[in-house]
Amino acid sequence: MDNLILMMAPLVSSKLLLVLLFGTLFGLVLGVLPGLGPTTGGALILPFTMTLDPLSAIILLTSIYCAGTYGGAITAVLINTPGTPAAAATCLDGYPLAQKGEAGRALGMATVSSTVGGVFSVIVLVFFAPILANLAYEFGQPEYFALAIFGLTMLASIGDGSPIKNLIAGAFGILISTVGKDFMTSIDRFTYGINELSVGIGFIPVVVGLFAISEMLTQSTLLEQVFKRVALKAVKLPTKEDYKKTWKTILRSSGIGSFIGVLPAEGGTVASLIGYSEAKRFSKNPEEFGKGSVEGIAGAEAANNAATGGAMVPTLALGIPGSATTAVILTGLIIHGVRPGPDLFKEQPEFLYGIFGAMLAANVLFFIFGFFGAKIFARITLVPNKILWPMIFAVSVCGTYSLSQSIIDVWIMLFFGVLGFFMRRYGFSVVPVIIGLILGELVEGTLRQSIVIFDGNWLMFLTRPIALTFFILSLIALAFPLIRSKKNKRTL
Amino acid sequence: MNNVRDKKRANKSLPFFFRSEFKVFFIIILVSTILLISTLSFDTVPPILNRGIQPATFPKGLLVLIIALTSIIYYLSFKKPWKKEKNLPKPFFLTILSFIIFIIISKTLDFFLAISVLSVFVSYHWGEKRIFYLLLVSIIFPLIVFIFFEMILGLRFPPGIITNIYYY
Repeated sequence: MDNLILMMAPLVSSKLLLVLLFGTLFGLVLGVLPGLGPTTGGALILPFTMTLDPLSAIILLTSIYCAGTYGGAITAVLINTPGTPAAAATCLDGYPLAQKGEAGRALGMATVSSTVGGVFSVIVLVFFAPILANLAYEFGQPEYFALAIFGLTMLASIGDGSPIKNLIAGAFGILISTVGKDFMTSIDRFTYGINELSVGIGFIPVVVGLFAISEMLTQSTLLEQVFKRVALKAVKLPTKEDYKKTWKTILRSSGIGSFIGVLPAEGGTVASLIGYSEAKRFSKNPEEFGKGSVEGIAGAEAANNAATGGAMVPTLALGIPGSATTAVILTGLIIHGVRPGPDLFKEQPEFLYGIFGAMLAANVLFFIFGFFGAKIFARITLVPNKILWPMIFAVSVCGTYSLSQSIIDVWIMLFFGVLGFFMRRYGFSVVPVIIGLILGELVEGTLRQSIVIFDGNWLMFLTRPIALTFFILSLIALAFPLIRSKKNKRTL
Repeated sequence: MNNVRDKKRANKSLPFFFRSEFKVFFIIILVSTILLISTLSFDTVPPILNRGIQPATFPKGLLVLIIALTSIIYYLSFKKPWKKEKNLPKPFFLTILSFIIFIIISKTLDFFLAISVLSVFVSYHWGEKRIFYLLLVSIIFPLIVFIFFEMILGLRFPPGIITNIYYY
């Protein structure tokens, strides 16, 4: 009961409510604009959160996360381009249905299933995050090391693209975290006499570079692309028939999305693809998929929004981000002096339940905004790239500079922008770099402390049951893509 | 199916050093090796201060891992060549050029001026020819952003020929 009251906090405080409304609207705008999204938007807005108290700052970031994930569906349905990668599967049926003159029905189904998926995942978060946090009390340094390795291997195996390339990207991310003074011995590493590098490479320049600037370069190669827009009169709520057809799919995809979200991976993107393919597998009319099936839209949208709450479970309970956007939220927590983990649940329940309440409210708010305002949000996509991206560049530069007022950070941002472009061009996902960077200190710190505990005997890792379980799971995660590709070959 | 086969053939018919797989492999191995060599110059700490491993050991391990994994993807690319990427268009190179101009101007003249020059340069070369919109992206919007950061975050931008006019 007390926790329920704590969850209401964002709704009774006018300041928090204002932050929530702004975050939801801003998240929708980010989600609608192809190339932007909650990760880039969250990174860009992070410097502004310094003017807010920790709860308001995290409410802002989480509401952007929830609304941004849904916003991608509007663009997917109307212009056949996913506003966010998580909405890619929505295009498959959303756009064909819109082409049949039923854009309102497609968006109505996307809005309802996104809301149900999002609310379901917040319930999962409320119940499972404290349980996971309690389990974390059993964790010592070796267990945390094994958990971080498990996180990275999961990311590589079920993320987007080649698992080996993802592993390289993850290792590169960890390598970036080693730049600067060694946090245990204060020895300079990879600083090459540049003073600014001795404090390390900041998270924000890397994120803004890898997401915003590399996307700007990608957009520079797509200037001749023409979008075929479908007209939208009004968003329509699904009919009784539609509900009958899709309720099982929505519930199934909500469960799938929440589970995938908990695993450290590219949460929403993978969840929506699995949600979509499972919807097709269980459907009585699989032949309708790809031609405007409402089940297809429901399967993809419920799953990608359900991944938002799921991804917050390991982020808050263990300090291990479940997706790129939760890595930004984790950075927000850290720069506001909040250390995620089991102690947070014991010492600051009002803070945590405030976040849970805000996420729940954000899911309801984007339903209202999406239902009544999708037509207006759709117009945002009319802003031409030749005007939009120079503006985004200005905000990126000022935002990156503002955190430590260092021009070197701006140059680092540009460097990672160019690098990110080429990484994506050659099939390397940039998400593992972000997760690797954020987990780097944890991986190295726990490894070194474990070696001290074990007196240099590496085999002692195998004597710790929890650590051993995570290592076995990591091996299974690494073997999974091989098994999958062999199975696919056999099916072919 | 034929298209895929053609693409693969097109990529395989190139000399190995022109193929994307080799270029990526070569660059990663070269950079990793240089970084690996630079770890040899890291200071070492006496055993009493040594927390488990020397400061250079962890990055060394990561670099060896990266080199090994890169060799594997290169080896695998013989069996399954990567798809051939389209050539990069002119606006891409102009955008990269604008970044270089940005760095030069922000270092020598003014940070704000560098943002304005980049914005107008990119916008113009991406196809915007209308004066009002060019002014919007190059002066009006950066000015709003500048004042917003200055007032809300109390940020002090680096001195320069234009920024100094605002500050003094």
